Amino acid sequence: MSTLTVPRPTTIAPIPTSSLLGVEARKMFDTRSGFWLMASIGIAAVLATAATIIFAPDDELTYNSFAAAVGFPMTVILPMIAALAVSSEWSQRSALTTFTLVPSRTRVLGAKAAVTVMIGVAGMVVAMAIGALGNVIGSSIAGVDLTWDITVSQFLQIVLANQIGMAMGFMLGLLFRSSPGAIVGYFVYALVLPGASGALASAQQWWNDNGAWFDHNWAVTRLYDNTLTGEMWAQIGVTTVIWLVLPFLLAWRLMLRSEVK
Amino acid sequence: MITIDSLTKRYGGFTALDDVTFTAQPGRVTGFLGPNGAGKSTTMRVMVGLTEPTAGSATILGRRFADLPNPGREVGVLLDASAQHAGRTGREILTIAQKTMRLPATAVEDMLDLVSLTEAESSRRVKNYSLGMRQRLGIATALIGRPEVLILDEPANGLDPAGIRWMRDLLRGFADDGGTVLLSSHLLHEIEVIADDIVVIGNGRIVAGGTKDEILSSSGTLVRADDLDGLALAVTAAGLAVTSSSSDGVIVDADAASVGRAAFDAGIAVTELRGADGSGLEEMFLQLTADSQRDHLTDSAMEGSAA
Repeated sequence: MSTLTVPRPTTIAPIPTSSLLGVEARKMFDTRSGFWLMASIGIAAVLATAATIIFAPDDELTYNSFAAAVGFPMTVILPMIAALAVSSEWSQRSALTTFTLVPSRTRVLGAKAAVTVMIGVAGMVVAMAIGALGNVIGSSIAGVDLTWDITVSQFLQIVLANQIGMAMGFMLGLLFRSSPGAIVGYFVYALVLPGASGALASAQQWWNDNGAWFDHNWAVTRLYDNTLTGEMWAQIGVTTVIWLVLPFLLAWRLMLRSEVK
Repeated sequence: MITIDSLTKRYGGFTALDDVTFTAQPGRVTGFLGPNGAGKSTTMRVMVGLTEPTAGSATILGRRFADLPNPGREVGVLLDASAQHAGRTGREILTIAQKTMRLPATAVEDMLDLVSLTEAESSRRVKNYSLGMRQRLGIATALIGRPEVLILDEPANGLDPAGIRWMRDLLRGFADDGGTVLLSSHLLHEIEVIADDIVVIGNGRIVAGGTKDEILSSSGTLVRADDLDGLALAVTAAGLAVTSSSSDGVIVDADAASVGRAAFDAGIAVTELRGADGSGLEEMFLQLTADSQRDHLTDSAMEGSAA
């Protein structure tokens, strides 16, 4: 039993942030569900690329088509990854151990947020690379010229749109602290609300003209289009504050005060 | 060393912890005893910063838990062995703890050996673990940082008799090496065989505390005679308090010499006379926590509404 206790070191160094980042990244991959969720980034990109090669007309075999096809599943997968990274700690109750090893919830959730952003960027790079490969293969099969019709700034806009989606997932995970709640919440936000807003816009002129100041999806979806006016950027900013920043601050406050059971 | 000072926790109008004060000393195993819902787990959650107290403080090694730079290296905590991601393997859960605390990778293997989880078992996902295996994994997670203090909530739950014996020896060794152990239980026997010091909680309040010997001796003297009724009358007449009286014997809140003299003076032949020991602790436990027993509360509430 003398192996259990050792002479005390005089000082114990605080846990460095690099350790927290490493551990939080590891926790996203080390379960079967986590692993396949990550793998689904690559799998979905390959499937979407293959579908584009098979079904798109020859004159539409441009990088823009591939990027759009590959980007769509990412808008679902990436927010799920972000939501589950947070909510599973509570749903699976592993928060009990996590927060007894690292009492600062701000540090733990900060590390999760940083890892989520990195995975979002890496995931988009992987997905877009698969799309690029598809463009090369598809064009050579069809015998058409290679078309690279996406600029760097367009790519960055798409990454930004996906980061906003991931942040929404993260916020909902934090707000509900329950995996089913967060996932249902995201689908209501991403699928139900845009439909309702669209219906309202077709019935009501005022909403049709001004809805983009209030409807986050409406404003953010324009990032997938080409050039944005200053007003459009302002609408992205305003709706992001309403839908993302304010709820995030509330969720963060509630999480800090909540009792971990 | 764990110091709990005037801890109070209220949820709306409900007081879960009411001015709880006690210490757990180094070199000793402190048993935290109480019926279900008495406030044991709440107290432990406050100790490790998972629950904010309404008032009062809890310090470990002189500091608030949140102020420990790398808590796992100083305090081993096991609050609920089932509170783990069911999809992780046992080895992975230990690896996460090892990496968080920045321990050498060999620590994982050492702990698996220590708690007797085999190679094959450690590679299984926790959802396939029995409660006993989860407890062993939880104890391994608590010990991996080689802490000075252990806080364990109902660690013997789900362990078989051999497992309980193993844990008892493990905790004994840990305390003998100078460590502080606080473990909770709602089972008297468990606490009695492991603990040096006992703290009893009921209805959110500390109702008794002291060394096991003090608690046992304060539980009085067991005396038996053929004429039990006469015996009870005799000791009462001698000014001694009868704690309990049944066909098994009489427990008197006095030392054996006084009880023997009272029986002798009344001319009653005593057939057995000894310290009440374990049975006395059980009696005390039931008695001390009687006010907080749910059944009892329900009964009196019903009487109240009937009247």
